[in-house]
Amino acid sequence: MNDVTSEKSRTEGPKMRKFDVSAVLADKTKVDNDLVSCIDIKNLELYYSKDKRALDNINLSIPKQRVTAFIGPSGCGKSSLLRCFNRMNDLIDDCIIKGSIELEGKDIYKKSVDVADLRRRVGMVFQKPNPFPKSIYENVAYGLRIQGINSRRILGEVVEKSLKAAALWDEVKDRLHDSALGLSGGQQQRLVIARTIAVEPEVLLLDEPASALDPISTLKIEELINELKNNYTIVIVTHNMQQAARVSDFTAFMYMGSMVEFDATDIIFTNPAEKQTEDYITGRYG
Amino acid sequence: MKKRISTWLSAGTPWIWMNAGAVAICIVMVIGLLLLLTVRGMSHFWPRDVMQAIYSPPSSSGAVQSTQVIGEFVESEFIVTAQITSSGIPVDDSQEFYERQLLKLGNRDLTGADFTWVLSDYLDDIEYPQNIVALERREWGNFYGYLTEVKEDGLSIPNPLINDDLKIWTDFNQRLERAQDIHDEIYRIQKREIGEINYAVERLRLDERRLQLDEEDTPEALAEINSSRITLNSRYELLQSELQLLYQEINRDTAVFVAANQQEVEIKLSDIVRAYHPNQLTLIAKFFAYFSKLAEFVTDEPREANTEGGIFPAIFGTVMMVMLMSVFVTPFGVVAAIYLREYARQGFVTRAIRIAVNNLAGVPSIVYGVFGLGFFIYIIGGEIDQIFYPEALPAPTFGTPGLLWASLTLALLTVPVVIVATEEGLARIPRSVREGSLALGATKFETLWRVVLPMASPAMMTGLILAVARAAGEVAPLMLVGVVKLAPSLPLNGNYPYLHLEQKFMHLGFHIYDVGFQSPNIEAARPLVFATALLLVLVIAALNLLAVSMRNHLREKYKSLDV
Repeated sequence: MNDVTSEKSRTEGPKMRKFDVSAVLADKTKVDNDLVSCIDIKNLELYYSKDKRALDNINLSIPKQRVTAFIGPSGCGKSSLLRCFNRMNDLIDDCIIKGSIELEGKDIYKKSVDVADLRRRVGMVFQKPNPFPKSIYENVAYGLRIQGINSRRILGEVVEKSLKAAALWDEVKDRLHDSALGLSGGQQQRLVIARTIAVEPEVLLLDEPASALDPISTLKIEELINELKNNYTIVIVTHNMQQAARVSDFTAFMYMGSMVEFDATDIIFTNPAEKQTEDYITGRYG
Repeated sequence: MKKRISTWLSAGTPWIWMNAGAVAICIVMVIGLLLLLTVRGMSHFWPRDVMQAIYSPPSSSGAVQSTQVIGEFVESEFIVTAQITSSGIPVDDSQEFYERQLLKLGNRDLTGADFTWVLSDYLDDIEYPQNIVALERREWGNFYGYLTEVKEDGLSIPNPLINDDLKIWTDFNQRLERAQDIHDEIYRIQKREIGEINYAVERLRLDERRLQLDEEDTPEALAEINSSRITLNSRYELLQSELQLLYQEINRDTAVFVAANQQEVEIKLSDIVRAYHPNQLTLIAKFFAYFSKLAEFVTDEPREANTEGGIFPAIFGTVMMVMLMSVFVTPFGVVAAIYLREYARQGFVTRAIRIAVNNLAGVPSIVYGVFGLGFFIYIIGGEIDQIFYPEALPAPTFGTPGLLWASLTLALLTVPVVIVATEEGLARIPRSVREGSLALGATKFETLWRVVLPMASPAMMTGLILAVARAAGEVAPLMLVGVVKLAPSLPLNGNYPYLHLEQKFMHLGFHIYDVGFQSPNIEAARPLVFATALLLVLVIAALNLLAVSMRNHLREKYKSLDV
């Protein structure tokens, strides 16, 4: 069955990618006047090796200060796409990227781009909480120390602000200098989010941030995302469609390395244009 | 029944038993090794009772020759009769085995050998006289006999009560204490003060030579050197005359002893290290004597071709060498591992290098010794001498085996271990943590420096532990690159520049070889071999424990995420 679908998707590929993202965005702009594009992806292709194509001609615009969710079955390329936005794929040998990604109108794959600076602007939270084996305080201060900020006063302020923003302050304020590894999984994930927003990125990439967490922690993370979207452009990859429906403003459905459909979340979940999207959302395959 | 066996097999019970058995064998062997070393080595220091007996073995001429033996029982064994007969003692061969015992007779100056085997069956009148005196001497080994009188300047001390042993003994001990104090003073002057002067004179000579070589030997400079030389010489003369006086003082007293077979011996008190009545010692006194001898063994310098006295210089040399080696090997190994694992492109060349590094760990250590001698000492050391120490030539400074080259050679020997361990540690750091750091805008270097290396530090310590374990036990290469049987001074002492990297040093491993297999006095040396071996094991264990505790501390600090 898989073969059949992939065959089908390949043959029908061009047709499925017929929608014009900017048109969608433009369409939205009518209703929502402050909608501006933050990341523009044009004709993006990604190969992990010469004949292993992970992403196929992706065109997409991520709206600023909104939550965009990527959904799709495992291995469809959601994470690969996400990791293109902060050039995390550079770490993988033999990874080839074609096409362009523009952040605020500037191509991030240009030679002159400082990757470290780009990653500071585009923060990322991973599926599994990955705090450093340092104290809670040092975890949050890490990004600032990297930038050479060592003033106790500034660090203290930023740590407090970030932990508050990540809704973790009340739980850890009395043990800031304990090891971060002593926190629960949900707390660790919020710590990682605090660590990421401490460097004040413009974009927040969340790669299945709640998939390793229990329902209560998941709820907290989702509340946090709702809080954060006022200040950040958020892109979230999730397996959990309820989660996508709950937290995101826009949703992109990907399948086999292609972007099948991108639209406002309520449209995707109530009235998808593509049959594949509908099948996936209703649980008929995937 | 068959079913039960097959369930027994499939449950893996025999497998578990096999594993447990292997572990048990390992533990038994290690404990057995340590036990053997402890028993054989540590019992050496226990003050044993001294036996006096008449030994009258049969002789081929038929006439029975009786001799008196005084000595410590060391061990006994059974040997076959034929072996005794063939050695010239016509024993009754109806008896299949004879027991013979090894006696430590001491008195090497009288009898020529410290030890003798006697057949137990021909020992008569065995007794343990209370007033036998055992002496430890600076030369000629132990002495056993009876104290008869104490002399001052060759004249007998008038003794109001003849045969009052206790009085003589007290007098003797007082004088012995005095002699030992003087001896310590002499030692201090010789080693410390005259040593310093000699060192200063040698440096003056080198200064002068350097000035000559640089053609800066102006009359003023030479005059200055000469004047300081004159000062030093006058100080030396002063000390020398002081020494003369002390020598006269220390040689004032002698004591007369009667050894076995009524031989009368006069012994200078200055030659005596320790004197006691072995058969009068209470258990507590024995313990006291035991620990004082043990302390002497650990803290003193060797005497008498290393068969007496302590092994402190060897302990010190071993620890020093291992520490220096750690200082060299850790940064080198870690840096190499970081490059191989983190920066080098993982291709054929890197793989080949990795295999080569792993194989280096298997190269016989003597090969490293030869390399160290040929490369470090002759090439690098020779070059250093040419450039920095031309004034000392033709006598080499660094162009000769020494502590620095030994440490470097062992660092080379152990660097593969550190590289492999560090590489494994680096590989174990979860990708997610690295990505977490990179995603915050850290560069690869910052990620390595701030997150990865601290997390990999326990693995580096593991590498260091393995390196220390290997290096501390290594002897073969050291014989070529710096170890000697007797070093005149420690590599770390009070003379500027305090740490003498070019000096030769003593090493426990080599000491074992030297004492055990190069010593003229095998019987005396044998227990020392065990004691030294035990000490070597303890030193290595202590060094390892130090490293392990450091590693545990680091582990606790950088508890790795469960991968």
